[in-house]
Amino acid sequence: MTTDTSPVGGESVTWRELVDRSTAVPVMLFFASSVFWLLLGSALAIAASVKLHTPGFLGDWAWLTFGRVRPAHLNTVIYGWGSMAGIGVLLWLQARLCRVKLALEVPLIVACALWNVAVAGGTISILSGGGTSVEWLEFPYYWSFLFAGIFAIIMASSLTMFSQRQVGHVYVSQWYLFGAILWFPFLYALANALIHANLATGVVQASANWWFAHNVLGLWFTPIGLAAVYYLLPKVLGRPIHSYYLSILGFWTLALFYNWAGTHHLIGGPLPAWLITVGTVGSVMMFIPVVTVAINHHMTTKGHFHKLKTSPTLRFIVFGAMSYTVVSFQGSTQALRTVNEISHFTHYTVAHAHLGVYSFFSMVMFGAIYYIVPRLTGREWPSAGLIRAHFWLTAVGMVLYWVGLSWGGWFQGVKMNNPDIPFLDIVAYTLPFLWSRTFAGILMTAGHVVFAVSLWRVFGPTARKLRGPTLLGTPSAATGGEA
Amino acid sequence: MNRAVFLYVGVLFTVLISFVGLALIPEQQLGSIEPLVDDDGTEYPVAPSGQVAHGRRVYVSLGCMYCHSQQVRPPGFGADLDRGWGSRRTVARDHIYDRPPLLGTMRTGPDLANIGLRQPSEDWHLLHLYNPEITSPGSTMPPFAFLFEELELEVERPYDALDFPPEWDPGDDVVVVPTADAKALVAYLKSLNASHPVPEVPQ
Repeated sequence: MTTDTSPVGGESVTWRELVDRSTAVPVMLFFASSVFWLLLGSALAIAASVKLHTPGFLGDWAWLTFGRVRPAHLNTVIYGWGSMAGIGVLLWLQARLCRVKLALEVPLIVACALWNVAVAGGTISILSGGGTSVEWLEFPYYWSFLFAGIFAIIMASSLTMFSQRQVGHVYVSQWYLFGAILWFPFLYALANALIHANLATGVVQASANWWFAHNVLGLWFTPIGLAAVYYLLPKVLGRPIHSYYLSILGFWTLALFYNWAGTHHLIGGPLPAWLITVGTVGSVMMFIPVVTVAINHHMTTKGHFHKLKTSPTLRFIVFGAMSYTVVSFQGSTQALRTVNEISHFTHYTVAHAHLGVYSFFSMVMFGAIYYIVPRLTGREWPSAGLIRAHFWLTAVGMVLYWVGLSWGGWFQGVKMNNPDIPFLDIVAYTLPFLWSRTFAGILMTAGHVVFAVSLWRVFGPTARKLRGPTLLGTPSAATGGEA
Repeated sequence: MNRAVFLYVGVLFTVLISFVGLALIPEQQLGSIEPLVDDDGTEYPVAPSGQVAHGRRVYVSLGCMYCHSQQVRPPGFGADLDRGWGSRRTVARDHIYDRPPLLGTMRTGPDLANIGLRQPSEDWHLLHLYNPEITSPGSTMPPFAFLFEELELEVERPYDALDFPPEWDPGDDVVVVPTADAKALVAYLKSLNASHPVPEVPQ
């Protein structure tokens, strides 16, 4: 088995510093914005969560009713936190892997500012009653023009760097970044046209809706997340990716199958059977890329798991990569009719969604930001204790969230399929699990606050100049690589 | 894998075929479904208009679909029919005027595809929206009291004032009146009825 040419090696430091510094301003602006939206999105999440067990909470104002706070939460974390953190990581990775300076620096700064305006405007629209009730596309259609325009700048920057690349070999992370940068605008523009411009009729809009929404995770967050893992895992461990051929297989099977998975959100719904079956088949075929990537990452890390104790980046990245395997296996089974008959319409699906967007993607983004920020700013993270607190609060919070809602959601579904159980009894049954979710959400939010404080202090007067990486403990002598 | 052209073509091709499969072909198949015309000339379904269309906008604006689905699953798949949520499964034809379709993905509350049939009382809907605890003790639906106005009773009791059960009576000198949005929302809910026979579902 051949090994891949990984971006590890002893080249001179200068080009890396040059490239890193060229990305500093736009990438840091994207990161700082993303953390702001993460905090706001978390506050909205807690409000929505409390409302599910205590419906009178903040219930006197239309703009804080559950049906507005929930989509406001989703859109701030998807378009604010996830996408902005993802764009920052994407731009930095692309520059590093192409070994060129960041293209279109000033337009990207403008793009970042406008992206914030669009997320803020869209969120205000939802809270003031302008939401569309189209899941993952709740911002009123006029904001989509702004998003599309901004995305053109990001796409131009990424593709310019790619075309100017100084390295002949195109690394696996770049395939994924390449996919993300082309897939997302394609999906976003067409979904908006089909749904908001009414080019599709009735339930075809529902099909287009889930084609889009599932692919925001599958063809936007997932490729950026996997690109980061494929880059950072070998970097931190100081050893190459296990297998080039597994990388190829994983990428192209993902490209081929993830696209089709979305209609599993409509099983049992008023759509042609073939359309639903295609979604189930696509979902089950996802086993191939997922197993491939899992083996590749596991074999790369094998024998070096002790480094999780010291490297903040590795700890978050490995947690995320393992969650990717779990969430994908779960997703494939959930697309089976027998399982979906129970899990559909319940909190089980909500738990699953958070396992994907949070436990996989967000944790990988945290890990990537811990790696990237010191290299952009020349300043280290102020405190290992804060990083440790961030990790444990979010990791424990996430596990609690997932276990509670999966358990409660599954039996909610079982009971709902038994017509002898009155509906309000099922409502009462779910209450303890909804409380556990609120508690878990508070833990995760506390982790986000710690993260924000950490990031803030990188720039504060107490910040320390980069001497060595902030580690979570004393590394054993045998470890190589970077933090 | 160093050929950028190969990447470009492959990446765009994979997403393009899924667009064809999940949007264009379904549109080809379902885009031309027409309403049914009964012997007396009435059509099913009818496009929402007037107060019902206004109510649908309120339903969308308040995000009701985050807790309520509008779809009845087929017999042998879930217990939708046994729970009395409909008399037949729902089909694409039920939604030809539903833009965007409010099928929903969550049942924190019950399905509403036939709520107009199941609960035809306007008074019930208004009390339920004002405070769900009045009609459905133990419900976790949020109160929509902001769709109502509390007025001091002056000379004559308004014709549309809510009639509360004794234990919820706000007092002799206060009346609660629904806003236009509340009335429209109720009109929309009362219009939800997917019981008309359709050829897709054998009787």
